[in-house]
Amino acid sequence: MSILGTRVIRTEDPRLLTAGGVYVDDLREPELDGAARVTFVRSTVAHARITGIDTSEALAQPGVVAVLTVADMTDFPPPPPPTPIDPDAPPVEGPMPLGGPWSEPLLAVDKVRFVGEPVAMVLTDNRYQGEDAAELVSVDYEPLPAVVTFDDALAGQTLLFDGTDTNVSQRRDGAFDDSAFDGCDVVVEGDIVNQRVACLPMEGRAIAASWKDGKLTVWASTQNAQLSRLILTAIGLPPDAIRVVAPDVGGGFGAKIGVDREAILVAWAAKHTGRAVRWVESRSENLTAMTQGRAQRHHIKIGGTADGRIQAYRLDIVQDTGAYARMSGFLPSLTVLMAPGVYDIPSVQAGYKVVMTNATPIAAYRGAGRPEAAATIERAVDWFAAAAGLDPAVVRKVNYIKNEQFPFVTKTGAPYDTGDYEGALDKVLAAAGYEELRAEQRRRREAGEVKQIGIGLASYSEITAPDPAAGETAKVEVHDDGTATVYTGSSAHGQGHHTAYAMLVQAELGIPMDKIEVIHGDTDLIPVGVGTYGSRSLQLGGTAVHKAAIEVKEEAAAKAAQLFEASASDVQLDTEAGLWHIAGDPDKSLTWAQVAGAAEGGLIVANVHFTQERPTFPFGTQLSLAEVDTETGKVTLLRHVTADDAGTILNPILFEGQRHGGIAQGAAQALCEEILYDADGNPLTSSLADYGAITAAELPSFELVTSETPTDLNPLGAKGIGEAGTIGATPAVHNAVIDAVAHLGVRHIDMPMTPERVWTAIQEAKKASAK
Amino acid sequence: MSKVSLTVNGKEITADVEDRTLLVHFLRDVADLTATNVGCETTSCGACTVLLDGESVKSCTVLAAQADGRQVTTLEGLASENGEMSAVQKAFHENHGLQCGFCTPGFVMAITSLLKENPSPTEAEVRAGLEGNICRCTGYHNIVQAALAAASSTSTASSTSAAEAGK
Amino acid sequence: MIPPSFTYRRASSVDEALDLAAELGEDAKFLAGGHSLLPLMKLRFAAPEYLIDLGRITELSYVRDEGTYVAIGALTRHHDVNTSALLAAEIPLLAHAAGQVGDPQIRHRGTIGGSVAHADAASDLPAVLLALDATFVIRGGSGTRSVPAAEFFKGIFETALEPGELLTEIQVPKPASPNAWSFQKFTKRAIDWAIVGVAVQSDKVALVNMGHTPLRASAVEAALASGASVADAAEHAAEGTGAGSDIHASAAFREHLARVLVRRALEESRSRG
Repeated sequence: MSILGTRVIRTEDPRLLTAGGVYVDDLREPELDGAARVTFVRSTVAHARITGIDTSEALAQPGVVAVLTVADMTDFPPPPPPTPIDPDAPPVEGPMPLGGPWSEPLLAVDKVRFVGEPVAMVLTDNRYQGEDAAELVSVDYEPLPAVVTFDDALAGQTLLFDGTDTNVSQRRDGAFDDSAFDGCDVVVEGDIVNQRVACLPMEGRAIAASWKDGKLTVWASTQNAQLSRLILTAIGLPPDAIRVVAPDVGGGFGAKIGVDREAILVAWAAKHTGRAVRWVESRSENLTAMTQGRAQRHHIKIGGTADGRIQAYRLDIVQDTGAYARMSGFLPSLTVLMAPGVYDIPSVQAGYKVVMTNATPIAAYRGAGRPEAAATIERAVDWFAAAAGLDPAVVRKVNYIKNEQFPFVTKTGAPYDTGDYEGALDKVLAAAGYEELRAEQRRRREAGEVKQIGIGLASYSEITAPDPAAGETAKVEVHDDGTATVYTGSSAHGQGHHTAYAMLVQAELGIPMDKIEVIHGDTDLIPVGVGTYGSRSLQLGGTAVHKAAIEVKEEAAAKAAQLFEASASDVQLDTEAGLWHIAGDPDKSLTWAQVAGAAEGGLIVANVHFTQERPTFPFGTQLSLAEVDTETGKVTLLRHVTADDAGTILNPILFEGQRHGGIAQGAAQALCEEILYDADGNPLTSSLADYGAITAAELPSFELVTSETPTDLNPLGAKGIGEAGTIGATPAVHNAVIDAVAHLGVRHIDMPMTPERVWTAIQEAKKASAK
Repeated sequence: MSKVSLTVNGKEITADVEDRTLLVHFLRDVADLTATNVGCETTSCGACTVLLDGESVKSCTVLAAQADGRQVTTLEGLASENGEMSAVQKAFHENHGLQCGFCTPGFVMAITSLLKENPSPTEAEVRAGLEGNICRCTGYHNIVQAALAAASSTSTASSTSAAEAGK
Repeated sequence: MIPPSFTYRRASSVDEALDLAAELGEDAKFLAGGHSLLPLMKLRFAAPEYLIDLGRITELSYVRDEGTYVAIGALTRHHDVNTSALLAAEIPLLAHAAGQVGDPQIRHRGTIGGSVAHADAASDLPAVLLALDATFVIRGGSGTRSVPAAEFFKGIFETALEPGELLTEIQVPKPASPNAWSFQKFTKRAIDWAIVGVAVQSDKVALVNMGHTPLRASAVEAALASGASVADAAEHAAEGTGAGSDIHASAAFREHLARVLVRRALEESRSRG
């Protein structure tokens, strides 16, 4: 029996459970002996001109190695001349450290544009000294009005960037035609905010760097070492003079795609001072200066027939991209692409504006543009169902893209591969006991109970491996001791790639997993690789490993045939025993050690760079059951039932783990998480005491239903599962809470649905119905 | 500077450190035990949880000097001498209770302490007992399952005594 | 984040702590469990020159039956208050509320005395002790004095403690109907400080986070005393309070919550007692 599809517990775990991982702060590499500690001096105001920086007092402190400001950056290559960004150009990945009209400096030059922006860096012998000295760097600011809200930014009274005449850095205007709504029996229109949230990996950003003999070695907490290396060339080194290593990485969630400006500075500081350096950010730095997610405001219009057929949908997006345009139009372009979700809607119109604000830059966060699309269409469908007086499950069924329509290209151009939307919904409704829940809801409503329940549905489709042409690399080697090594361009940071990829090799070659080593995240060993984001790793990286294993097997078959003095077509591999045989003669066998030992250099090796023709589109339905205390507005999640279909499942344990984590993050956005600023742009949620990260005490156990519809775009049949949970959970929870109080006249509550927001919505609905 | 002497995982470690040295930094930088991680500075996330005299504490909010003379157990001290994982560690492995691993030492220590005080908790008691630990990867589902599995495994008692023996 | 430098001193007895406080003066702060002070220092909101660690004063860690009241040493940890069999039997409100403070790790370090002396209006135990008519025993250079809870909390983080004085014991009278209690802590997340909290022991009602100090809901108590129903009395819950607005709730919502929670707390205490 193949190991594929079975519940294999992780090979990564014993080390993590007994010794702990080796994250950047844990590295004890000899090159980092005596590394200086970097502490950043960060802007304390949201928008200001810098009129002076005085480092003298800090320099006099014990243990201070250097205090560096932009004035010290004379050994940097000159920035390329600014080039305008074409609004329709493909997105730039990773930070854009230099150039462009909305350019992001490395250290602040003359202006600061958000609280937390790096202004200077202090190098000290130890971290305690660093915090003391950084406090003594004196920066004079001449405050400017802060642009905080969507409306502030759009008004354009205060501009963030000199030489521009707007805060709208990118836009794609939809070709709007309101006649699409002509003839609709039911039309609903409204605003939905998808609030700014923190990515919050438990390990914040962390970089160590050493400069020796003309080579820079950088250890980075990153989702892709190779992209990080490319970004680090900004300090004026060619890629082959830089080695980037990703040690254990304590979560990423999109915010560690590549590396940020701080990493470039830390790498530069190592080269500039000649001393090894290390920077590990504090949580307050993390919550103000690591890129954040979402931050979109939507205006929607949805219309259809009285019997529930949706005819037209329009979505206008404003993307707050923060102070610097990291991903700029890329995120809302994904929102536009995924706007119609799982529905076959005859007219879909969508466009966006990207605005600059004096807030932390926005970039990818688990789902990156797609959760925003799903959150809004799923709310809109509930609005439409409520206005039409129809069951939201029925409206979803009526409008789904049907199984026989795949492959299906949406009106926004998304080429959906495979799907069974109604099947996933039916499974969830059955598992949850939908009719019984509705009956209990009716009972509580009729009894006028204080605690009401709501049933929230969300069906979603999402794009995974959105950059399939970039593909992923794999090298598989079998050695003459019978062991195998896998080198992957994927970059695990919790997903379990080492287990998954070893399973793929064992399945193909019959070499047991404990004799397979998986290596990732070292540009010296793996110069070409793309990394882990966009739910791409198994389908691209896994397929590359799978194909490389097949190539190894083919080469080994030829070698075995030589040794057997038989024809290659008569040679067979017993993948259970890991032994080579000749057909019809089970007694004669060769081990992998013997076969590899006979190969040149005692090694059989294959390199594959797998690219996929198109992205894949996982889908599913999630049902959330929420209880609302109507006197206090407090929400309790009672149940969460999901069918998340990402094609063929390689390892159910890993698959479920990805869903669990995604669901929790999605529910967190719906219920409790939000980055807040005051009117002057001061962050109000810069510690975990104030930022309401969800805990075990706020969540139920999740009920997962299996749905498995393979894709035909890769030989594994796999789609991505890293982001699906999040994408489905936010609207499911959102709809559940609103459903719980819908009978009181509540139509919408913006996220996060705090007790006060829920209670206020109930009061306003009561007032409105009293009128 | 003060002389601080701790028994960490059964081994006495003495060093002169700044008075303001946090226990977590003593463990990481002086004892060179890096499993214990710092995840925040507001006593919120629990990544730095260790056992102090057998009870869970957040080592980012304890001065090394406050712990002087006491017993500290970290993740590294939970397995038996022959390397066998404790019941909680085993349950994390078998139930996929960890992904990136950064919060894991804190959760393992928090649950080790929780099960010592309440050897047969309900799911609700486990969830309430983990209110002070944040995980961003697992959605807590499998962490809670691991805690319940560790509680019901017969080896809980022996793992607890191993943890104590390690002090 | 790291606290600014300070000099650490350890006291092994109350006398030694008081001597150290007298010697070091206003630049010194007492350190009990450290779970209020150290976070403030790490964020550099507080920078005392000296810390006097009280953690080894074992003589101040106890829960003792004194007949009409229970005496609790100021350095008794929340965990020990929470798990005290004596308190569970005689003053279950206090035992329960101590189990609601922070999280298990915090309860293994934080002390009842530290919580009272820190006097955060958002913290649970000060209001609970106010509802229980506790008395705080204070020792200073000039001897020992007792201050009723009603006179102890003076303002934002401000108490009747004079510089150099140490809170040594909390005396809690045994309620006539120990089971007539309720503690309603309203939070967004379990770990959060109360947005509003209500402690009820019989007809005594105290509020968490409804002003600069923990407060007695006097208007509610007066209404109850004059025979009002629970529902009617609870409507007075926000009278005389001074709730603030912050990112967690507006003052108006806090006032609403106070009314709802007081009603629920009174209902629960009556159903129990």
